[in-house]
Amino acid sequence: MRYVLKKLAVMLATLLVLSFLSFAAFEMIGDPVTTILGTNATPEAVAELRAELGLDRSLFVRYFEWLGRFVTGDFGTSYIYRLPVKGMLGEKLVNTLVLTLMGFALAVVISIPLGVVSARNEGRWLDRFLTVFNQIVMAIPSFFVAILLMVVFGLVLRLFTPGTFVSYKDSPGAFLIYMLFPAISIALPRVAMTEKMLRTSILEEMQKNYVRTAYARGMSRRTAMKAHALKNAMLPVITFLAVGAAEMLAGSIVIEQIFSVPGIGRLLMVSIGQRDVPVVEAIIMILAVWVMLVHFISEILSEAFDPRMRS
Amino acid sequence: MKRIAALALSLLTAVSLLAGCGQKSPADQRKAKNEIAVGIAQDLGSSLDPRSLASAGAREVLFNVFEGLYKPTSSGDFVPALATDCQVTDEGKTYTFTLREGVKFHNGKAMTADDVVFTFKSYAESSTDSNLKAALGAMADVKADGNKVVVTLTEANSDFMAYVASIHVIPSDYAEQETKPVGTGPFRYESRSVQESIVLVRNDDYYGTKAKVSKVTYKIYETGTALVTALAGGAVDIVAHMTEQQVKGLSKDYTVLEGTMNLVQALYLNNAEGPLADVRVRQALCYAVDVQNMLDLTAGGHGTRVGSSIYPAFKKYFDASLADAYPHDVAKAKDLLKQAGYENGFDLVITVPGNYTNHVDTAVVLASQLKEAGVNATVQEVEWNTWLKDVYQGKKYQATVVGFDASMLTAGAMLNRFVSGSSKNISNFASAEYDALIAEASSITDDARRTECYRAAEKILSDEAANVYLQDMADFVAIRSTLDGYHFYPLYVMDLSTVGYK
Repeated sequence: MRYVLKKLAVMLATLLVLSFLSFAAFEMIGDPVTTILGTNATPEAVAELRAELGLDRSLFVRYFEWLGRFVTGDFGTSYIYRLPVKGMLGEKLVNTLVLTLMGFALAVVISIPLGVVSARNEGRWLDRFLTVFNQIVMAIPSFFVAILLMVVFGLVLRLFTPGTFVSYKDSPGAFLIYMLFPAISIALPRVAMTEKMLRTSILEEMQKNYVRTAYARGMSRRTAMKAHALKNAMLPVITFLAVGAAEMLAGSIVIEQIFSVPGIGRLLMVSIGQRDVPVVEAIIMILAVWVMLVHFISEILSEAFDPRMRS
Repeated sequence: MKRIAALALSLLTAVSLLAGCGQKSPADQRKAKNEIAVGIAQDLGSSLDPRSLASAGAREVLFNVFEGLYKPTSSGDFVPALATDCQVTDEGKTYTFTLREGVKFHNGKAMTADDVVFTFKSYAESSTDSNLKAALGAMADVKADGNKVVVTLTEANSDFMAYVASIHVIPSDYAEQETKPVGTGPFRYESRSVQESIVLVRNDDYYGTKAKVSKVTYKIYETGTALVTALAGGAVDIVAHMTEQQVKGLSKDYTVLEGTMNLVQALYLNNAEGPLADVRVRQALCYAVDVQNMLDLTAGGHGTRVGSSIYPAFKKYFDASLADAYPHDVAKAKDLLKQAGYENGFDLVITVPGNYTNHVDTAVVLASQLKEAGVNATVQEVEWNTWLKDVYQGKKYQATVVGFDASMLTAGAMLNRFVSGSSKNISNFASAEYDALIAEASSITDDARRTECYRAAEKILSDEAANVYLQDMADFVAIRSTLDGYHFYPLYVMDLSTVGYK
């Protein structure tokens, strides 16, 4: 219990520092007034809008006002759209989460079986093929994978039409089909790395004494791998996947722009460009909480797989 | 494990097959419903109120929703729209507009003279556009007289019709212009979804020729890649403001139209900064630059060379000969630099907003051309907001490459900014002679003399080498081959009322 409380305190402190830093960063790069009013604006209009948005007050006043509201669950109002930030995030957050979770699920479902198959067939042609394939996939950044997928499946095979995103509210089926390809682009580089990691990890475990004991008890290589080595080999992989889940959310920022998925990543990029501080703050907080949450879950999972870590 | 892998694979195949068969392409579906989709590069701002439309992008979209008493045509004239006639009396100080009968706003209300009077007063009070506000500041009175509206000015302004055309008539008793704009145009506003789309539908009560398509969906794609793939995949039917590179790869499903951007792209110079304060140095830069070579390298030779701050669509004011005022001559450039005491050259930083690929490309070519003349030019890319803050407002820069357009068809909208002391005078240009000409031009009614003044002012910008003038950029529009009726305007607008399926 004390451990959890300590952990929570660290999390809150991190969020506090992070929120202030991102608030202060915008202080240096200017406000959204010119973006809103354009280059032909009258000086009176500029002053009036600045006062209306409360930008004529000091950084600290604005920060603590924002913080006070944020802790009560009020994310504020967008400078650019004059809409409640919460409402703007709603559907976009769902899109990004679906994209990330789909990517994550794909990565797990594909990489773990492949890792096992590769380890089982160590040194044979299948293993060699997978190793070469991995090297290639790892070398390609995910945004380029995204462009390739879009050209091949979107423009040549015409399995989907790039740029015609459908909301899950209108048609869940079409939504999932459209999301499949961006999800693959996020998952693919992860698949390669996870597969390689699991293969190495399994092969290392197979050299250990407890596996030799298992052989001595008459177990086949295959059963020993399945019953004993795999569970231990999964430990580093889980931590790695957890880091991956956090990175995938970050990766979706780029992928969303390429596939024109209206998610929080795309919103974040545009909002930074437009100096829409309340939106940026809210998204940064969401991303931070997500990263911390994922790491927390990975710790719990690691404990489940390795009783030694429970103490 | 094998089973899971097999399941995943078969699911993947099934989903792909489902997506692929038994459906008409999105483009055909739109055609069947007589709808079009237009790709645009940025969302409109929070307010759709015509009195506070700041961005050129917003004006481009809402041109289809709003109209003035007069409206601009694609050839740059003004024709009656919500008025049927206008009489100018009292030496250009009184404008009497006769209103068109039977015009309805999109909310069903009939337009009256009171609405027009309200619109003029409201613009004078709360327009965020400084040019328009200044012009309306000279309005002494505006009143309704039966079916007529009489506008009285304190002094004559022969650009006044251009301003009238950009004053969009709105109903006097409607408070939701910011979120649900109501005008009289060929399309009415239907809905928007932040950073996704804006939907307009045909106004079936329109008094004039009705729009051909029944619905227009503007879709927003922030990156060039997303925009081009949306086009290639058939998600949109029309995309404007494309580059030569982008249209080169398009399939035969599209027709590419070439117009002009209607702006003046130049290497704008801070005339108050170090070596650039010397006119010989600025002239040297003009000689050092090879505009044709730059056009060849950045746009396959497309674009119209200009020699001052007026673009060719202003037929009356544009002086084509100024484009040849400084032919490419490196020896002469070096000579001028020597006279000015910079025989070993100097360092020149060209600050460019990185989101404008066109301007960045141009800056890179110019930098290498300037190096040949001994000027150590480097390109510094900055973000758009940083550019606005440091360069446009702060004037803390040496040189920059951007394009300036006109929000309305007045020479003043292009030339007034270079009056000394103006907050928009990005070049810190200062010439008493220039100031006098502009002041005279904006206060007299004799059109011939006014044109003379503007043309003389233009020539001063060239003689003094206020900036290194480059071009009016080529504007490529990709339009689905099944559509036609697209017209270019001398303004940054896109008229969709004439576009329709063949």
